[in-house]
Amino acid sequence: MTRTLSAPVTVAFDYTRSTGPVLGRFLTGLRDGVVVAGRTSDGEVVVPPLEYDPVTHEQTTDFVEVADTGTVTSWTWVPEPVAGQPFDRPFAFALVTLDGATKPLFHAVDVASPDQISTGMRVRVRWAEERVGHINDLLCLEPAADRDEAADGVAGEGRARPRLRDEAATELSRPGESDADGGDGPEPVTGVVTPVSLDYVYAASPEESTFYRGLDEGRILGQRCPSCQKVYVPPRSACPTDGTPTEGEIELSGLGTITTFCIVNVPFLGQKIEPPYVSAYVLLDGADIALLHLILGVPADEVRMGMRVKAVWKPREEWAYSLENIDHFAPTGDPDADYDTYKRHL
Amino acid sequence: MRDVAVVGFAQQQLPDFDGSPTCVEMLVPILAECYEQTGWTRRDVGFWCSGSSDYLAGRSFSFVQAVDAIGVTPPVNESHVEMDLAWAMYEAWIKIQTGEVDTALVYAFGKSSAGVLRRTLALQLDPYTMTPLWPDTVSLAGLQARAGIDAGAWDERAMAEVAQRSLTDAEQNEHSIRKGGSSVEELLARPMYADPLRKHDCAPVTDGVAALVLAAGDRARAVRDRPAWIGGLSHFVDASSIANRDLTRSPSAANAAAAVDLAGVEVAELHAPFSHQELILRRELGLADDVRINPSGGALTSNPMFSGGGIRIGETARRIWSGEISKGVGHATSGAALQQNLLCVLDSSTGKDGL
Repeated sequence: MTRTLSAPVTVAFDYTRSTGPVLGRFLTGLRDGVVVAGRTSDGEVVVPPLEYDPVTHEQTTDFVEVADTGTVTSWTWVPEPVAGQPFDRPFAFALVTLDGATKPLFHAVDVASPDQISTGMRVRVRWAEERVGHINDLLCLEPAADRDEAADGVAGEGRARPRLRDEAATELSRPGESDADGGDGPEPVTGVVTPVSLDYVYAASPEESTFYRGLDEGRILGQRCPSCQKVYVPPRSACPTDGTPTEGEIELSGLGTITTFCIVNVPFLGQKIEPPYVSAYVLLDGADIALLHLILGVPADEVRMGMRVKAVWKPREEWAYSLENIDHFAPTGDPDADYDTYKRHL
Repeated sequence: MRDVAVVGFAQQQLPDFDGSPTCVEMLVPILAECYEQTGWTRRDVGFWCSGSSDYLAGRSFSFVQAVDAIGVTPPVNESHVEMDLAWAMYEAWIKIQTGEVDTALVYAFGKSSAGVLRRTLALQLDPYTMTPLWPDTVSLAGLQARAGIDAGAWDERAMAEVAQRSLTDAEQNEHSIRKGGSSVEELLARPMYADPLRKHDCAPVTDGVAALVLAAGDRARAVRDRPAWIGGLSHFVDASSIANRDLTRSPSAANAAAAVDLAGVEVAELHAPFSHQELILRRELGLADDVRINPSGGALTSNPMFSGGGIRIGETARRIWSGEISKGVGHATSGAALQQNLLCVLDSSTGKDGL
């Protein structure tokens, strides 16, 4: 038996962000098949454009279209791609100085082995067929056969002369749809959505593992803090009062008292029970810390502080390492507990 | 300025911790070790500060849960940074400088193995143009290493020499999770991983916790015969965009070095998670040839996220307490490719002795 229980968990969220005028201009360009750079006060041509000038701190307003061809200025092999990267097979990440720019762009280069890329190599942008105004509209860069300076052994100082703005712009190869309508183009990009999803293996502490293993056997197990003698359910790696790990094994009966509660009237995403229902703190007999759980078997407006309740377990075949093995707590019908018996636990 | 010293240090590092994302199980014993070193109880600690990030292991508000480890009844004076232990220490040092408290205990924790660390760290990059491509940490370091190789700033042999020295020194460090030197030739004969990086050029994914104890003036002298006095503390940051930086240099490290007095340091513990980054730091700090670099084995042999930098300070302090050295510097980095750099100069003297 492993020391602790663990389970996979995925945390995911679609981040929706407004772009502001500078990145919006860049992303609008990508949607239209054009790479838009920004010129800084010291004459650098930067892709993507910087929102604010690094010297004057003024907002960038001088935009420059640069070519979708360029030169690799540094690269690294990616032998084991991680989820979400431009390729799910080995590829190269590179810094590529596009013709017309003076600072490199970070992106992927589609080559099959590290032998097929070198500093100084000429590359061109591979565009996505359907573009929405996102960095991923630029799928990757791919080797361009036209001028491979690495083959000539020339890199660094001798690399491609950056082309001037107008020269670069006139050589751009634009997809037809962006100038086809002859009037105003589509609206500028003002927002992007970036899904982020992270996979983890989530482990319980040894103390929590004891608790969940107990639940799998239909038992509610607590532990005692050796410093303050309080009984915690679930047990903890440190008593929050004393910083001491809880110890021992204290089995609790499943009988308890509602210390405080709330009636849930508001629907929310993922809600499993139709409102109104009652969430309550249940102080199990023998415990010093209440558990949060569901109260059923009584109309919501009859639930009250001091009400005696008991755990109602799901059928045994549904048990897992989960507090949900206890379906809910229901009134026992016994007289309410005296306030003095739980007032210290509110 | 008040004289403040590092007077306590404890750490634990593992390749794969099988416990909770908050690492409370590991924090409790290392905090106990700090109490034992100082003779204090938790009530003697005037200020607490922790360093961690929920993204690392996927547990929300993990720093709140971790506070359990320090015990908070009655309430304590406590803070948190989503930064390495070294920056938590910086906050505590400032807190002591305000005069509000005389002592502090700072701690950090991270369970990097719960996720894919090199991927998770892509979330610290520009969210519009970088994160959607998921640039992993190893790839960014590879671009930096290549830039230096192409520019002639270093070569693969110099990188292997860093790894060889680190792996050899790590044999003496019980906490290092990767150790065992061989030879530069043998290291160079190993296969490329993320060309131009071999696996030994990259810090191992490490889980771990660490804590540092700070005390002012006589409170420090009461704990240690030779407190490690903080003679200088500075940190700087470079632009976040790696494409707009000269990756072969680290202006923020040079700026941090210019703000402290590094003359006479005998040991430099440099937080370089990739071999070539140590070469950059040595240059930017202008360290003399006789300065001993990373006698602990450094981050190349063990690099727990959120404590790897602070451990460099603790390792330096330990050598001052023991009398092994009189002056040293601990360095911590954060962000992509040495974006942020912090230096903490430690000295056996306050510079005011005999006055």
